[in-house]
Amino acid sequence: MRNTRLLFYRRLASPLHATRAGIGAAWALALTAAALILYNPIPLAALTLAVLGAGVGTGVGRRLAGTLRIAVIVGLPIVAINVLASREGLTVFARLGGLGPFGQGNLTVEAVVYGTVVALKVALLMLITTLASLAVDPDELLKAFRRLSFRSALTASLATRMIPVLGADAQRLAEAQRTRPEDPARGVRGRVALFSAIVGGSLERAMEVAATLELRGFAVAAEGRSGWRRSSSGRVVSRPWSRQDLAFLCSALAVLALALAGRLTGAAAFEAYPLVQMQVDTGTFVLSAALLAAILLPFLDRRGIDR
Amino acid sequence: MILSFDHVTYSYPGAEKPALDDVSFELQAGEFCLLAGLSGHGKSTLLHAACGLVPHFHGGTFAGTVTLAGFDTREHGPSHLGGHAGVLFQDPETQLVMSSVRAELALALESRGQGEAAVARGVEEVALALGIDALLDRSTHELSGGEKQRVALGAALAGRPKLVLLDEPTSQLDPVAGDELIGLLRRLNEEWETTIVLAEHRLERCLGAADRVISLEAGRVAHDGDPGSFLQWAARHEPALQTPGAKLFALAGLSPAPTGVKQARATLRARGLLGEEPDPVGGIPSARDHRIPAEPLRSGRESGLRGVLRARKGVSPALRLKGVWHELRDGPAILRGLDLTIAPGESVALMGRNGAGKSTLLRHAAGLMEPTRGRVERAGRVALLLQNPGDYLIHERVAEEASAPALAAVGLAGMAERNPKDLSGGERQRLALAIVTGVRGKQGGGRDLRKGTEEGGEGEQPAVLALDEPTRGMDRGAKAELAREVRRRAEEGQAVIVATHDPEFAAACATRAVLLADGRVIADGSAAEMLAGGWYFATETARILGGAGGALLPEQGAELLKVPRSNLLEVVA
Repeated sequence: MRNTRLLFYRRLASPLHATRAGIGAAWALALTAAALILYNPIPLAALTLAVLGAGVGTGVGRRLAGTLRIAVIVGLPIVAINVLASREGLTVFARLGGLGPFGQGNLTVEAVVYGTVVALKVALLMLITTLASLAVDPDELLKAFRRLSFRSALTASLATRMIPVLGADAQRLAEAQRTRPEDPARGVRGRVALFSAIVGGSLERAMEVAATLELRGFAVAAEGRSGWRRSSSGRVVSRPWSRQDLAFLCSALAVLALALAGRLTGAAAFEAYPLVQMQVDTGTFVLSAALLAAILLPFLDRRGIDR
Repeated sequence: MILSFDHVTYSYPGAEKPALDDVSFELQAGEFCLLAGLSGHGKSTLLHAACGLVPHFHGGTFAGTVTLAGFDTREHGPSHLGGHAGVLFQDPETQLVMSSVRAELALALESRGQGEAAVARGVEEVALALGIDALLDRSTHELSGGEKQRVALGAALAGRPKLVLLDEPTSQLDPVAGDELIGLLRRLNEEWETTIVLAEHRLERCLGAADRVISLEAGRVAHDGDPGSFLQWAARHEPALQTPGAKLFALAGLSPAPTGVKQARATLRARGLLGEEPDPVGGIPSARDHRIPAEPLRSGRESGLRGVLRARKGVSPALRLKGVWHELRDGPAILRGLDLTIAPGESVALMGRNGAGKSTLLRHAAGLMEPTRGRVERAGRVALLLQNPGDYLIHERVAEEASAPALAAVGLAGMAERNPKDLSGGERQRLALAIVTGVRGKQGGGRDLRKGTEEGGEGEQPAVLALDEPTRGMDRGAKAELAREVRRRAEEGQAVIVATHDPEFAAACATRAVLLADGRVIADGSAAEMLAGGWYFATETARILGGAGGALLPEQGAELLKVPRSNLLEVVA
């Protein structure tokens, strides 16, 4: 259970946790958009640093470091495959000779640089996804979608809840098998028996949860009687915008604007092929510093983050 | 009338015998009704029938009529009936379907189309009523067992149902959390006239709160009456359902059978068997009185205190934990420099509230976990039986799960060809015991106290048997059987350590009790000392007798009560 907990949302006292889920998700989407728009390694590196800093500010820095390690493992093959597969660069640093129908196997500096940029973008996307999944409340987020489709949003909520539950079940089953004096999974028959026990356990669990959902009125909801009506019994007082909501909304807009400006003004210009051409001037560094500031500034104000 | 069963007979799909057999009764609004009965006699099925899960969810053959708040359950499914009846089952893990507590409490209201303001108010009110308002923004998967059960109850109550159906809700809770939950139900019943139907094995916990007890036997209503008449009926027809207090009175020839500690003490006081002061002076002798032997009634079994002394004087221990710490990387320390030594042949009850570190201690003992500091020394293999016996059962036949001698040792030799899933709860527990105590293959490492080397060789019987909450969901008969098995193994020389919340079971099988709190041993002594004097970690007999004479079980208490009063006074004088 402890291992599975590492991957899921847990309420902590941080500015990002204190932000309403919709704004938190929009902020993560803005970072994702910036990671996809930008190709220049300098602003991309600044973006990576900023996301890691945001992780520390959110209290999940160690978990982001774990994701970064996985990203490095994922990134190295990306670079290697790009170097081996790309035929577009001009600066050859090694020749592998003729590769039959694939032509000449020339390894180029441009392919290394482009592969590294792609790996950096993949790492960024992984980091942003991890940060969002740890700091944005999925229930609150999915609540917004219930107006459109109660059942689909509920199913998604259930999935986010059931993954750690099933993980804990599997861990318990594995632990029980470890306490047996003899390995029950020995041989094909043993493995099949263990596999069917795991599947059977998951199905039993699903049945129990289905019974609970029935009792909570899931079928009534499916008949269309549910759905956020304003009742005559009272008026909904909308949740006031907190300083965190405003700060992260501004941050998201600023990050998006900076990424677009960098792309449109050429401050973040970058071309890998046929020769590496990268904009490196004051504008590039100002853009990078502005990205860092826009992402990290909301984390400096830690007033009112207990809830 | 809130609930009625009219000649209801129900069989699960493929079952030979009906789970409910011609059941008829009516429940009025505001009643607190207790469902009693041995395991497998229809309590859970009755609750499922009351909320419509039977037959809509489970299928099977259904005859008769169940009416809930005027709705016939054959025509209205559980989703509709859920608005009138809140349901709480045994395992809170399967009853929480959302990621946060607030979303969990809101789900039932949202599903039924309540407006946003009504949902917000409903969540706030139920959170305040159950004292879980501080948990509203917590994730459901990080709650403790007791907190999960309270949140699940909150989710069941959010729609303010007229009826609440509960199936052994305290079986996974420590005594404190269990008592709190029963108190909460009593409050709901008294302050809001909520009708309660509670199925429970440990009747002594809730009999005092109940207005009525319905006892089921083989799916039929065997008795239906007030708690007093139920105890009279149980004494004659089903002694396994007697509470320890009622059994104590029956064995001592006293009447009426008490429904709780308060009534029992009042009766004893009226008969001059108990002093007026809380600590008995003129009545039964106290265990703390040095003029009275610590365990005067434990003939035939080695005194726990002597066992402890033997363990500490020269006899090579079966298990020794020396300064064991278990510190989580991003969290608190679960064990804090824990020291514990257990001798061969000693049976130890490990008690403490949920989260005290009992299960972690057992995992360290068995080598499933490695201490972050300190060391664990074992005289041989440690067989660990974890909380859910079902987790061990992966084959289609009992014979495939454990060897024939191991099955014979736990009395399951005649069930070799049966499917493990068809066994009762007690039989499953015994099968799991046969599995973990069977012939050895491989085991987690540790230091062998006999050889002074690292453990790793073959061995027939485990040196230590560790049981983690083995009585969850068991009826009194199955518990007594397991206690006998534990005692037998201890008499054969195995060291036995049992983590349990059940003081009655601890008293029946252990000679020594260890109380854990915050990962440390805070008290350690003979069972008579440890289970006699407290509020929560004490048997009902001990609470009735005020810990007198170290009597923990009804048989011991009855012997004490039979001692002529003049002799008692003589002993004290």
